[in-house]
Amino acid sequence: MKIKHIAVVLGVLCAVNSAPARAQGKLNVIATTEDLASIAQEIGGDRIAIDSIAKGYQDPHFVEAKPSFILKLQRADLLIVVGRELEIGWLPPLIQQSRNAKVQPGAGGYLDASGQVKILEIPQGQVTRAMGDVHPLGNPHYWLDPENGKGIARAISEKFSQLRPGDKAYFDQRLADFSNRLTEAEKRWLAAMAPYKGLKIVTYHRSFPNFTDRFGLDVVGYVEPRPGIPPSPSHTLDLIQEMKRQNVKVILVEPYFDLKTPNAIARDTGARVVVLAPSVGGVKEATTYFSLFDYDIATLVTAIKASGAK
Amino acid sequence: MRSSGIWLATTIAVCGFVAVPATSWAQQAPAPGDAAAQALRQEIAQLRTEFEARLAALEAKLSATGGGAAPPAPEPAAQTAAAPAAQVPPGAEGAGGPGGALPVYGGGSAASKVFNPDMAVVGNFLGVGGSNSVNPAPAMEMRESEVSFQAIVDPYARADFFLAFGETGVDLEEGYVTFPTLPGGLLMKVGKLRASFGKLNTAHTHILPWADRPLVTENLVGGEEGIGDAGFSVARLIPNPWIFLEATGQVFRGDSGDIFHSSERSDLSVIGRLRGYHDITESTNVDLGASYARGHNASGIVDQTDLGRFTTELVGVDATIRWKPLRRSIYHSFVARTEGVFSRREQPDGRQSSNGFYVSGDYQLARRWFTGARYDASDRADDSSARDTGQSLLLTYWPSEFSQIRGQFRRTKYAEGVTANELLFQFQFSIGAHGAHAF
Repeated sequence: MKIKHIAVVLGVLCAVNSAPARAQGKLNVIATTEDLASIAQEIGGDRIAIDSIAKGYQDPHFVEAKPSFILKLQRADLLIVVGRELEIGWLPPLIQQSRNAKVQPGAGGYLDASGQVKILEIPQGQVTRAMGDVHPLGNPHYWLDPENGKGIARAISEKFSQLRPGDKAYFDQRLADFSNRLTEAEKRWLAAMAPYKGLKIVTYHRSFPNFTDRFGLDVVGYVEPRPGIPPSPSHTLDLIQEMKRQNVKVILVEPYFDLKTPNAIARDTGARVVVLAPSVGGVKEATTYFSLFDYDIATLVTAIKASGAK
Repeated sequence: MRSSGIWLATTIAVCGFVAVPATSWAQQAPAPGDAAAQALRQEIAQLRTEFEARLAALEAKLSATGGGAAPPAPEPAAQTAAAPAAQVPPGAEGAGGPGGALPVYGGGSAASKVFNPDMAVVGNFLGVGGSNSVNPAPAMEMRESEVSFQAIVDPYARADFFLAFGETGVDLEEGYVTFPTLPGGLLMKVGKLRASFGKLNTAHTHILPWADRPLVTENLVGGEEGIGDAGFSVARLIPNPWIFLEATGQVFRGDSGDIFHSSERSDLSVIGRLRGYHDITESTNVDLGASYARGHNASGIVDQTDLGRFTTELVGVDATIRWKPLRRSIYHSFVARTEGVFSRREQPDGRQSSNGFYVSGDYQLARRWFTGARYDASDRADDSSARDTGQSLLLTYWPSEFSQIRGQFRRTKYAEGVTANELLFQFQFSIGAHGAHAF
């Protein structure tokens, strides 16, 4: 009786054929965000097949753990994550159900890209949720600094070489090329932003600290009263007062936030609402890590000029 | 953090060295003559060399730990000097713990605390107004406090424990080890777990879109406890070019609340489930499932002997459609779900073939506001002629991701001919580790 039933249950499981054929040769890489995917593509060239999970225009804190992502992870040789608890709400169950030993945390095919970058806003001392949805390991939006882009690329290149030692020279060469091009582009971006050094701005969420740090902007307030807490009337009034007092004319907003409150603040203060892409894919123009900065800097400069600030 | 501890140590060391020569000076200074002055000079030179060497060593140590400049912490010097400077492991800095040296308890290694499991508590307070003579619930109740412990065991396994504390007792809701990377693409769980029968049975109370469970769960699938038992679970993805398809097989001891009862070791219960999932667009997806469960029931037990050897068989089907536009995913979403259950229960007065279902929809109006409606109907497992029906309307508010306030108006028409109109209000709140969101 019992044996028969167990046999039926196991029979269902065994009736299915063996694991799917894995792509040979090319390293199968999954990145959690399009930014990491773009950098991985720069380093991996034609030796990798890259795919990503979160779209650049969605809030990376709130991605749904859809079973279709499990299928992507199941076939991966390498999983690259942003880390710093950005993906804590959705990635662990995906990894757990992936049935893929390679991409489990701590395994050879799991790379936390935040190892060689500058992390800002690491909370000191006691952290409580009274502060909102704080990230105890620092602000995870670190990729919006080209220097950190180099750090991410280095970590990815090292991991690629570790997984495909035969292609090390190829990856090293592409890393050097990427870093050089990024250095050149960064000069251009810094030059474009140089006239606005010290410009006071407001952002919606704390998504841009590395960007503002690199390009010399001074963030004096946030539309969110606390990270992850939606705008409240009293905080919005305080923010409007503060912006008027400090003559702030630019509000940066991520594409996945509602523009109602930022627009209301803008009407009251004469500021401009600028929707910047926090990630590759955040707007259709930002197709690569380079065009992400191209778009953001150009959009920002246009807005600053139009706002009449400085 | 780490650096402040070292700075403090440096400061103490410097103070110590400064104190020593000062004392020497005080003792030596009154001595007259060149010889005494010469001796003093030599002593000072020696102390300086020693001091510089120690300082260089400390500086080297400081730069090796990669610490930046930080002001010394205002802790009592003696205590800090005595405390062993345990390194804060990478990733644990600023995690609400103390800066610098970690405290040592029980003489163990303080670093072992980073291996503590993720802990969280979810509180579920439920109040009910109105009258219900068939299924009365207290006016107010701290219905459940669910404590969870979750961690990775070793490179091959992880463990999850969920303890459900009622107001008076404790129940191991789930406690199992998962082997996520077995050969053959199998995902195996061993322990006590909620069975993969349908969608709701695996869901813990606090993630439900309602303050209660629908009638079909109450009448046919074991109520709040559901089908939960000790046993094995094996799940495998079925490769195909079209959809996500997962087959799950489970074997349990056969004791599960009032639904299954095991009188002999061979009275195991079995569960099978097939789940298909497909993304229709990036915003819309569909989730379909079919489940089967079989086990012995307690209706044939006379004087503690299972004379009847009666069994209960359940068949379930479920469908979920979700819509969530990615660009505005935190503001708007819609979920429609339905689940039907067919129960065949053998009992002394013959076989009862009962069925039940629910259908519900939940719409997210704004970032923190959700509204929902549910219709449910179900026969009773032991009397298929008795059918209960119910309707509910819901409004939910989320102050943050970690708390939730919900009101539910529920109208239930019981087979006895009684109609109960009730207002349920629920407060839920969670503290501790940030768990992943269920899908």
